[in-house]
Amino acid sequence: MAHLEIRNLTKRFGAFVALDQVDLAVARGEFLVLLGPSGCGKTTLLRAIAGLERQDAGEIFHGGEEISRRSPALRDFGIVFQSYALFPNLTVADNVAYGLKSRKADRGAGRDGVRRRVAEMLELVGLPGIEHKYPAQLSGGQQQRVALARALATAPDLLLLDEPLSALDAIERVRLRSEVRQLQTQLGVTTIMVTHDQEEALAMADRIVVMKSGRIQQVGGPRDIYRAPANDFVADFIGRGNLIEGAAAGARHVRMRNLTLRCAEPVAPGRSHRFYVRPEDICLYDTLDRCENSFYAQVRKHEFLGAYSLVTLHAHDLAEQPLVAQFSSNYLAGRPIAAGATLRIGIPPEHLRPMPEPA
Amino acid sequence: MTRLAWSFPRLGEGRSTSERLGAGLLVGAALLLCVFLILPLGVLLIGSVFDEAGELSLVRFAEFASTPGMGRAVWNTIWVAVVVTVLTVPLAFLYAYAIQRACLPLRGVWRIIGLSALLGPSLVGAISFIQWFGTQGVLKSWLGEHSVYGPIGIILSTVYASFPHALMILVVALATADARLFEAAEALSASRWRKFVTVTLPSARYGLISAALVVFSYSVSEFGIPKVIGGNFPVLAVEVYVQVVGMHNFGRGAVVALLLLFPVLLAFLVDWRIQRKQQASLTARAVPYVPRPDWRRDLPLLAYCVLVSVAMLGVLGMAGYTSLVRFWPYNLELSLDHYRYGLAEAGVLAAYLNSLKIAGLTALVGTPFIFLVAYLVEKNRSGPAWLRPLVQGAAALPMGVPGLVLGIGYILFFNHPSNPLNSLYHTLAIMVIANVVHYYTSCHLTALTSLKSIDREFEAVSASLKVSQFVTLWRVTLPVCLPAVLEIARYLFINAMTTVSALVFLYSPETLPASVSILNLDEAGELGPAAAMATLIVLTCAVVSLLYSLLTHFLFRRQQAWRNPNR
Repeated sequence: MAHLEIRNLTKRFGAFVALDQVDLAVARGEFLVLLGPSGCGKTTLLRAIAGLERQDAGEIFHGGEEISRRSPALRDFGIVFQSYALFPNLTVADNVAYGLKSRKADRGAGRDGVRRRVAEMLELVGLPGIEHKYPAQLSGGQQQRVALARALATAPDLLLLDEPLSALDAIERVRLRSEVRQLQTQLGVTTIMVTHDQEEALAMADRIVVMKSGRIQQVGGPRDIYRAPANDFVADFIGRGNLIEGAAAGARHVRMRNLTLRCAEPVAPGRSHRFYVRPEDICLYDTLDRCENSFYAQVRKHEFLGAYSLVTLHAHDLAEQPLVAQFSSNYLAGRPIAAGATLRIGIPPEHLRPMPEPA
Repeated sequence: MTRLAWSFPRLGEGRSTSERLGAGLLVGAALLLCVFLILPLGVLLIGSVFDEAGELSLVRFAEFASTPGMGRAVWNTIWVAVVVTVLTVPLAFLYAYAIQRACLPLRGVWRIIGLSALLGPSLVGAISFIQWFGTQGVLKSWLGEHSVYGPIGIILSTVYASFPHALMILVVALATADARLFEAAEALSASRWRKFVTVTLPSARYGLISAALVVFSYSVSEFGIPKVIGGNFPVLAVEVYVQVVGMHNFGRGAVVALLLLFPVLLAFLVDWRIQRKQQASLTARAVPYVPRPDWRRDLPLLAYCVLVSVAMLGVLGMAGYTSLVRFWPYNLELSLDHYRYGLAEAGVLAAYLNSLKIAGLTALVGTPFIFLVAYLVEKNRSGPAWLRPLVQGAAALPMGVPGLVLGIGYILFFNHPSNPLNSLYHTLAIMVIANVVHYYTSCHLTALTSLKSIDREFEAVSASLKVSQFVTLWRVTLPVCLPAVLEIARYLFINAMTTVSALVFLYSPETLPASVSILNLDEAGELGPAAAMATLIVLTCAVVSLLYSLLTHFLFRRQQAWRNPNR
């Protein structure tokens, strides 16, 4: 049995179904990210694992034991919230030691033991020597590190993170996310994090669980989720994408309006398919280049975004709806792209991915 | 053994000790509220719809309707309340406006003087107005042919007594204003009057309605004032007193009490609904409005504040003066005779000590209970879920129940020979409980607001750290909410010290409280000692308020490190 296993979990709030028969298995030491838009049930799932929300049906097993009906105090987890939830009237040291003082084992170790553990935890989160400060005297990022230290001080078997980085500013968020990931790898603690930020999910997760309307849409590694979305929702939610329709013309060829493109994956013959192309997978060629899967397109709009440009194109032979391409600035190497210009672009066969059709 | 435990899972399996404790406390609190609030009111309601033989009938209401003079009492009660409301709310609004929206010197002083009537029993105003405008009053000529004993006196005294209640609500309503709205109005070059009508008034409208309802309810249920200054002018509240205390006709008293309960409860329900709508009126992005000096606005408002303050202090001062004058109006020599006589011979000292005991116990017992119940409702997740809204409802109810009605409910319920709690009747304990219940709602709301303002995940965090939520309540929640707790204690103490309405039915000769003794002294024609007693109460409340201010000031300074580190 997996380290944490969730079976058939269902939770309703009145008529609203927050979790709809969710099944999920989490391996020991894994960093799992629950990703989805607001209201998708990701936070409810996390709170159900913590026991803060009681499910209407289904079971939760942790380390082989059923914990479905246990109160939070009888489960083994540490939790960090978006709001930090640090106790404002206690010093950093008292906050971190909050869970230590009640445990008999630690009490046996005495005051020195607690003090040592607090210092060790603060060292671990990169904030040594701030024991005597109050939470209000710290920055948001520092407060969240203290919250993390508090949650980890009791060495819980499971770490739950509820949008831990969402309240921070952009720079602090990026810095802290790699620190959290590094810490998790170092300690090897099984971690489940909730976020609505796809970049954060891709950067931190071993596996991502994409959710919508209380259902799991796809579970997989960041690359799988990004490269091979299981359905339209995942494709749309993770990154940008273009959907192109075409009819199979042979085992590995597709006909789209006036063009026949080769596809690396085999396609079922005799029916139409939808293909998924990431904007950064579209190539830009010399105007006279006649390489495979290339065609002409007209520039509709060009948005310069610093490190890269987003170009809206219309390829008459390919599809009626516009195509969005993303060219990194060093790839363009100063080549000017102006609205109205005609470009030679192409989709390499391995990047023309057939979408799984809904059953 | 193991097998048995396995096949018959225990109740509350998978629950931690603190969750069981939380559930138990919630149930206990619900039971207490039931016994000391719901049942007495229920008995009152049921008592009024059964006749002497125990049959269900409306005979008591019919009896009441046919009693001569009752129609007039109902009519008088209503028109006096309407006049009081129409006078008090604009007076208080302008005063609150001057404090919050103008640049006046000594704002704090005006505020304290505006609220000064809260420090004494409502009777202070009545006694003082008798001295000013009564038969031998200093300013008797101001009233011309009219006598102060009657509607004029009642209205004057009630306006004085209810003014601070309206002021408190309106000061809060005018405290928060969005400066962006005023800037927008200015950019559109709106006139001063137009800004007032289109920005200021709409943002304060909920406060205005709320203040009007509170003043109206106050006037309807106030009985000390018409008792002292009302002369032969019949109103419902006095009628209850006469029926119950004078004629021992509890059934008739219950019917009149229900008639009192009805408009007050109605006003309270209207207010409750309106308050719920108010939620989103000020968004988080609003920019607080800070008034700029403008003498054309500030000068008249300052004059107004001075005028009201002089009147307020005139009322309070006259009570104090009366207590010091040897024999009004013939011998104006100052002395402590009334205090000496009252304390020594009229049993006032015992009454004063009783009141101190009652008020102290009300604060000591009520504060922890009210705070704990608010905590259980807001932060605790264990216990039957359906119980929480019921406890919330019960906590909100006392606001809509006049003290007189509560008092009669208590008599009917606790004085019943078959009630096992019968022995409570006429004790100090029942008076303490009546006070806690009577002033429950405001305190509950104060506790709730302060609990809502702290992070809602503290309990989740402490559960994850295997720390009992009650340890967290003690170590974190309580220290963070300490200002609110102190505020509740002060509020309970002062109200217990000054209240008359519920206690007038519950005291025995041994437990006579000071505020009620004023009523008795006045009835005996001892206006001097009555004024002395009133002054003593005002001074006590002033001292307690001062202590409270010092304590909170000290507390904030000590806890500045975590409360307000930037300063």
